[in-house]
Amino acid sequence: MREVTYTAAAREALAEAMEKDPTIFVVGEGIGPRGGNFNTTQGLYEKYGPMRLRDTPIVERGFVGMCTGAAMTGTRPVVDFMFFDFILDAIGEMVNQIAKMQYMSSGRLKMPIILRGCIGIGGSAATHHSGSYYPIFVHLPGFRVVLPTTAYDAKGLFATALTSNDPVLFLEHKLLLNQKGSVPEEWYTIPFGQARIVREGTQATVVTLGSMVRKVEEACDALAKEGISIEVIDPRTLAPLDIDTVLESVHKTGRLLIVDETFAPCGIGAEVAMQVMERGFDDLDAPVMRLNGVHTPTPYSPALEAVIVPNTQSITQAIHDLLAE
Amino acid sequence: MLKDLALDKQTFLSLYHQMLVIRRCEEQLAKSYAAGMIPGACHTYVGEEAIATGVCAHLTHADAVFSTHRGHGHALAKGVPPHEVIAELFGRATGCSRGRGGSMHLFSPEVGLMGTSGIVGPCILQATGAGYSFKLMDKPNVGVAFFGDGAVNNGAFHEGLNLAAIWDLPVVYVCENNMYATEVAFSYATRNQDVAERASTYKMPAVSVDGNDVIAVYEAAGEAIKRARAGKGPSFIECKTYRTRPHAEGMRDAGYRTTEEIEEWKRRDPIMGLKDKLLVGNLAAEGDFAKIEAEVTALIEEAYEFAKNSPYPDPATVTEHIYSS
Repeated sequence: MREVTYTAAAREALAEAMEKDPTIFVVGEGIGPRGGNFNTTQGLYEKYGPMRLRDTPIVERGFVGMCTGAAMTGTRPVVDFMFFDFILDAIGEMVNQIAKMQYMSSGRLKMPIILRGCIGIGGSAATHHSGSYYPIFVHLPGFRVVLPTTAYDAKGLFATALTSNDPVLFLEHKLLLNQKGSVPEEWYTIPFGQARIVREGTQATVVTLGSMVRKVEEACDALAKEGISIEVIDPRTLAPLDIDTVLESVHKTGRLLIVDETFAPCGIGAEVAMQVMERGFDDLDAPVMRLNGVHTPTPYSPALEAVIVPNTQSITQAIHDLLAE
Repeated sequence: MLKDLALDKQTFLSLYHQMLVIRRCEEQLAKSYAAGMIPGACHTYVGEEAIATGVCAHLTHADAVFSTHRGHGHALAKGVPPHEVIAELFGRATGCSRGRGGSMHLFSPEVGLMGTSGIVGPCILQATGAGYSFKLMDKPNVGVAFFGDGAVNNGAFHEGLNLAAIWDLPVVYVCENNMYATEVAFSYATRNQDVAERASTYKMPAVSVDGNDVIAVYEAAGEAIKRARAGKGPSFIECKTYRTRPHAEGMRDAGYRTTEEIEEWKRRDPIMGLKDKLLVGNLAAEGDFAKIEAEVTALIEEAYEFAKNSPYPDPATVTEHIYSS
């Protein structure tokens, strides 16, 4: 099968959905003739013009609120934030309006809106271009939170988002955008709430996501040479969260580590660990562990940036610690 | 004066009828609040009836209205029946939001009432988005935002008006300037109290009218809506008015405005004002008003009885409609 980048894969889903559904339109800064800062809309403006590829002034609250009204009246906006940090200027519209609209209208209004953007630490982007923030949105009822790791998942999950009637946060880690992977040319969808078993193993389960998946795989490759067998699970969507796949794995391995680039307090690790404790306590042979990014704003200097993100070494160490429990 | 207008007796009387429905409904709600039948807030529209009435008279159910926390009048004028409004404030399953919203969250998308809101500002952006939908889908409909003077120092005002202006969206912005944002005077809150002038800096037609004169509102709204339907872009109407009851039922009304001021505005009652004009101009007779009064009294009585006898929502439904599926 041919290989394309993560960004190109998501763009294929967008292009095909826009071809089929004339109510889809994209807004964002530089997503028109320029094709998006990260090439998310490359080539689409020429085909669909300014009403459907709408360059905006820098008014995140303004265009998110506008797209809320659009979604309430029969169209499907895709908001392209470039950097996801910018979403914080629109947080009131998202939390008070977008997430609550279906409920408050007792399901008579739908909220088919996609909020996409680049997340994550890397490349000395510094603190206003490195945030991830997804635990905040997982906490709130009403959002679908999607975090593809591979090009294949980027296309299939974006296709699902483009046909969903719920608000979807589609988060693309900056270190993954140019990663290539095998992607079918035809349209396909991946359901939300279905984890991917990245590799099978027997001695411990590692739940991880985004840019951490590759690092965990590297650690597991090295551990395999020592005869250690680790199962790795990428949830792919955090809301809904496929806890059943994690529970099945822990039933088999008895040990669980969550590796996540975002912060530990009230984070994904805390949530996964608690749900496993609630439903799978008897399967656990050791306390659940988590490994997170350091609880700090993101510094600029490579010397500082490098030490706040889990790496292959710290992941390997954490797995050893877990197995020693 | 009135005879110069191309309006017939039926139109005048239907405006009168609509204003009276709002007034009597609000009076019923105030009474019910005092009797302890409304578990939450109750923001009445008494004194401002001419605005919702004059604007919504031009709208169909396919036009989208987005409103604010003082939105009972907008809901009623847009076509939500009084029994659904009263039942909603009573927290009943038969309310227009099925008991999920109360005074500040009235929804009836079936008639184009896309929601009132407990947050000041978002309605401006959402109406802008409805305009975007209608333009994208090539529909002759209009997005209308109702908001108070309290919204015009907010970023949503400036961001929304600017977006509608640069994209020529079919939107009508209606500012109900009742001189107080909750209990903070507009004269204190801004150096430039000319709201229409502020709107006109975004290069859209902006007028200021007597918001207690339903004919003045009706005429201005007619122009603005005609312009929007013809694809000529957004317009702005500032309606100078006053709420003659406290911000919310049960709240103190002293310390920020005088009894004299309230009494002065009560003398400028929009409903009595229209009646006097029609009588003086021999366009209607006392009998016409008596008939309407009897009709409306019966309607609100029935609505109250319906609401009072309606069931509360089934607690088993409390998590329904958070997501579309």
